[in-house]
Amino acid sequence: MDQPQTGAFVEMKGVTKHYAGVTALEGVDLTVAAGEAVCLAGENGSGKSTLIKILSGVEPASAGEIRIGGKTMSRFSPRMATAAGLMVIFQDFSLFPNLTVAENIAFAGELAGRRRFFSARSARAAARSVLDRVGVDIPLRARLETLPVAHKQIVAICRALACEARLIIMDEPTASLTEREVRALLGIIRLLKEQGVAVVFVSHKLAEVLEVSERVVVLRNGRKVVEGPAGTFDTASLAMHMTGREVRDAAPGPVPDSGDTLLRVEALDKPGSFRNVSFDLSAGEVLGITGLLGSGRTSLAKSLFGLVAPESGRIAVSGADVPLGDPVAASEARIGYVPEDRLTEGLFLTQSILRNVAVGRLGDHERGGFLQHRALAAEASGWLRRLKVKAPSVAAPVQSLSGGNQQRVVLARWMARAPRVLVLNGPSVGVDVGSKADIHDIIRDLGARGLGVIVISDDLPELLATCHRILVMKGGRMVEEIGAGSVTEDELAHRLAS
Amino acid sequence: MSGSRTEARLTEAPEFRLAVIAVLVFSLMAALSPDRFLSPQNLTSMAFQFPEFAILALAMTVTMMTGGIDLSVVGVANLSAVVAAIILTAFADPETTGGLAFIWLALALLASLTVGATAGLLNGILVSRFGLPPILATLGSGLVFTGLAVAMTGGSAVMGFPDIVFVIGNARILLVPVPLILFAILAAGLHVLLTRTGFGLRITMYGANPLAALCAAIDIDRILLRVYVIAGMFSSVAGMIIMSRANSAKADYGSSYLLLAVLIAVLGGVNPYGGYGRVVGVVLAVLSMQFLSSGLNMLQVSNFARELIWGGLLIFVMVVNTTNWAGFRTRRGPFKSS
Amino acid sequence: MTGVLTRNETLVAVVIALFCIVATASDPNFLTVTTLSDLLRASIVLGILATGAMLVLISGGIDVSFTAVAVSAMYVTTTLSLALWPDMPWYLIFAASILVGAGLGAINGIFIAGFGLPTLIVTLGTLSVFRGCLLTFVGSERISALPPEMRNFSRMMIARGTTEGGDFYALPWALAALALVVFLTAFILHKTMLGRSIFAIGGSVESARRIGINVRRIQFFVYVYVGALAGLAGILQGSMGRMADPFSLVGLELSVIAAVVLGGARLVGGYGTITGTLLGVALIVLVQNSLIVIGIPSTWQSVTIGLLILLGTGLPAFQAKRAAARAG
Repeated sequence: MDQPQTGAFVEMKGVTKHYAGVTALEGVDLTVAAGEAVCLAGENGSGKSTLIKILSGVEPASAGEIRIGGKTMSRFSPRMATAAGLMVIFQDFSLFPNLTVAENIAFAGELAGRRRFFSARSARAAARSVLDRVGVDIPLRARLETLPVAHKQIVAICRALACEARLIIMDEPTASLTEREVRALLGIIRLLKEQGVAVVFVSHKLAEVLEVSERVVVLRNGRKVVEGPAGTFDTASLAMHMTGREVRDAAPGPVPDSGDTLLRVEALDKPGSFRNVSFDLSAGEVLGITGLLGSGRTSLAKSLFGLVAPESGRIAVSGADVPLGDPVAASEARIGYVPEDRLTEGLFLTQSILRNVAVGRLGDHERGGFLQHRALAAEASGWLRRLKVKAPSVAAPVQSLSGGNQQRVVLARWMARAPRVLVLNGPSVGVDVGSKADIHDIIRDLGARGLGVIVISDDLPELLATCHRILVMKGGRMVEEIGAGSVTEDELAHRLAS
Repeated sequence: MSGSRTEARLTEAPEFRLAVIAVLVFSLMAALSPDRFLSPQNLTSMAFQFPEFAILALAMTVTMMTGGIDLSVVGVANLSAVVAAIILTAFADPETTGGLAFIWLALALLASLTVGATAGLLNGILVSRFGLPPILATLGSGLVFTGLAVAMTGGSAVMGFPDIVFVIGNARILLVPVPLILFAILAAGLHVLLTRTGFGLRITMYGANPLAALCAAIDIDRILLRVYVIAGMFSSVAGMIIMSRANSAKADYGSSYLLLAVLIAVLGGVNPYGGYGRVVGVVLAVLSMQFLSSGLNMLQVSNFARELIWGGLLIFVMVVNTTNWAGFRTRRGPFKSS
Repeated sequence: MTGVLTRNETLVAVVIALFCIVATASDPNFLTVTTLSDLLRASIVLGILATGAMLVLISGGIDVSFTAVAVSAMYVTTTLSLALWPDMPWYLIFAASILVGAGLGAINGIFIAGFGLPTLIVTLGTLSVFRGCLLTFVGSERISALPPEMRNFSRMMIARGTTEGGDFYALPWALAALALVVFLTAFILHKTMLGRSIFAIGGSVESARRIGINVRRIQFFVYVYVGALAGLAGILQGSMGRMADPFSLVGLELSVIAAVVLGGARLVGGYGTITGTLLGVALIVLVQNSLIVIGIPSTWQSVTIGLLILLGTGLPAFQAKRAAARAG
């Protein structure tokens, strides 16, 4: 257990990983000392997740060396990683919803100790002592599924500690936390560092954790592009390194004057998610709605499309009421919705690209009950071309496309239906930088053609680049309306968090 | 679209493998017992035998396409047969002939289809509105349907139909057995429905990803209701054929058909997690099963051994397809809790 | 889902209590020691099978082959014993049946844990394979001349007699087998890492893999254990029914699963309690044996069970759906 004098707990040297001809990581060096916090930043596809997999022993590196506590690890496996105290906390936490808090915390440790018998009492005692270590109180007998997200994350951290973690790798740790919860998390991280536990944050949004970190490492396209003390980075410079260019989208043009009210939302109310939300959207306008996770923005987005049923309130398109809580009715009122999670909500992964677009237009291409396959295919292909979807064949399954092209497929599906209002929930999540700019162009173009567009996002540069107006949500309420061009990104971030 | 299939090379399609299996089984049986297996009597008797369970397999197929299953098909078949049989025995008798017999038969058929549709509607409501897992919903409803048939008959067979009932399961039109004609119509109809209509494509898309279907503004509830109604009505057609061939109706006829229907659907390449299935595959699977079971019959293999071979075949096919399943299983993850 | 009132166990207990009240009201002889001991006897085989089925549901699978396992184990053991050693002591006969059951369960385990095939389809297949093998290769005759020790076991009573009121009662030692199974299963589920791992893989297979649970080994154990329980249930059935009937038990699998599901186990895995399962069994046994007492003809038995399943699973499913819609 004693630490060699080099000070590095984990050392990766020249780690490279190829997948079937694709290089996911190339010659990456990374060192983490005990008690140190390192930010590993990078866009999606930069090689972050590959690095996590290699560090946790899930995937072998194609080349390079991993040393833990000064010892070179050959044939590194998940079991060895665990034994060495390397723990990964995945974004979904990998906990057991049906077990108690105590079991979730203590189970992995007891498993590693190769115990045969289980005592609920000693599990509770073990869990209690770990919870005390991080200074948090969570009811030990509660079923995990009943906990809020922030508590689940703490349970996941505690589980890692119960396994005598010496390095905790956290994947997107702040993605689902509110401001206050992030504060609490940072407090815990400071405690851990004092106890000699090292932490690696892996994220594409790191501003929040910069203050507890010593070092920042930025990956791009599988290579390490920069490494330096955390103090020398800020949000803008991080973004610059991650994307490799100055991301400066053109600001949106003015709202066209025709400006009739297209969508009217009045006193929409859903206890527990959002309260008394009202706003108007005029034709040609791009409206941003932002807020931290838990502010009710996602629920509101879903309500606009009927995926969530508000308890009271009114949604009207051009003066005509839209029934609440019914996606089919919403789409008939020509409201469209591009979901946040493309893979599980947006796409039919095993189905062809063409079908994924055409599925929205089946009703309009039926003659006497039969589908007009040719017309349907021609129309869908037309939209795919207009949105510049790059695909070898439209008959290929949509899962063969890159994130950016996939998102364009979902957009094409809706544009084929000629919607009047389009709700985009996190339009560029998990999309590479180039596609992101294209998607922003598409959004601005949608507005220019007279659609009402609502962009729901926590990506502030994205909002500033596309929206005429930005509404800020906090604790389920609309707290502020900000005109385009009247704020900088930092101001916006400040108003979001304060 | 249709293009996605035609472009894939023919030999890569799972249906191609099935066609090979069907031909192999046929040749094997023909080689083992050429005089009897290839005799006209045997070929026609096969054509009379398989439609009843083949139609149940079609019903199973359409529910599996949505990622569901219908464990109530046999219950529905028997319940609708019992209802039809009660009408036929209460208002007509074996001496009834001519127009009157025809009218009662028509009414009985109508009643049986209504029973099938209602039963299917109930399944659909349980699955779509109440969110029951299809396995449990149809397991429970299957018991209810079978139980109703038991309660209506006291558990004994209902018999004594007018002669005209014999036609459904035993007559021929232009040498072709009537049950075979019924099966052909339903299979062709289902094929057209699945490949040529918006509804059919929506079934596939829903099966591929229910959540995405919801976000694409597909009317999910309506799809599920219609799918289970179709399954129910197909089951009642099967029930009519069973009734005619047995010349009676009973609550526990065809109890081995449930397994057989699942087996045929899976053998026919239908993905039990939804999103893929072709009628052609199911038809080929039906033929293989019938060749196999007739051939075994010629070879004097007992009924019990046939059950053994069916079960073995089901597992064998699944093992052979294991490589494909790996992909399906990972995809299933996100929906497990929903 | 919290709160004692909405739990399936409570619901089932209330239904059982109502049933008993109505039954006693219409027939004062219902609530007697005789009825009770009859019902207890009827619950033994079903209870053991249900305990096994529950374990499978908790692990996130479903098994419909256990009745075929039970009847095969029973019949094979009986035939072997008659052929080789008719005076084999009862405990060896039982052990043999349990072993045969575990062996057949291992076959399920190989396909499910080894090949990763869907559990419903594998066990539907093995249901007919086991039964087909039994009837084709072992025999399809009912055997009423059982090994004498098997018959003797069924006569061994924990207690028997007549109450002061003149009610006859008898509690066979077979009941102890059920108690043993319940105790052992409860111990495994709650006091061993193995048991907690079964809950864990039912809760999330992926998470279980990530924390280093050997998912395949756990699944394999589950199917072997369930096979062993089925072997025990089968031999008890033969011994108590004083006949080795190769056509018995099969067909009961859905009722058993019904009992477990009524008791609150969820098809998605990770949830299930022994108390709930036993209550579910009690309800099913009541319906099977005493429906007539509350004025429903026994021909309505399967309608009643079907409706109970639909209600018992429909209510929680509907609540969960509503809760999900509310949560947004």
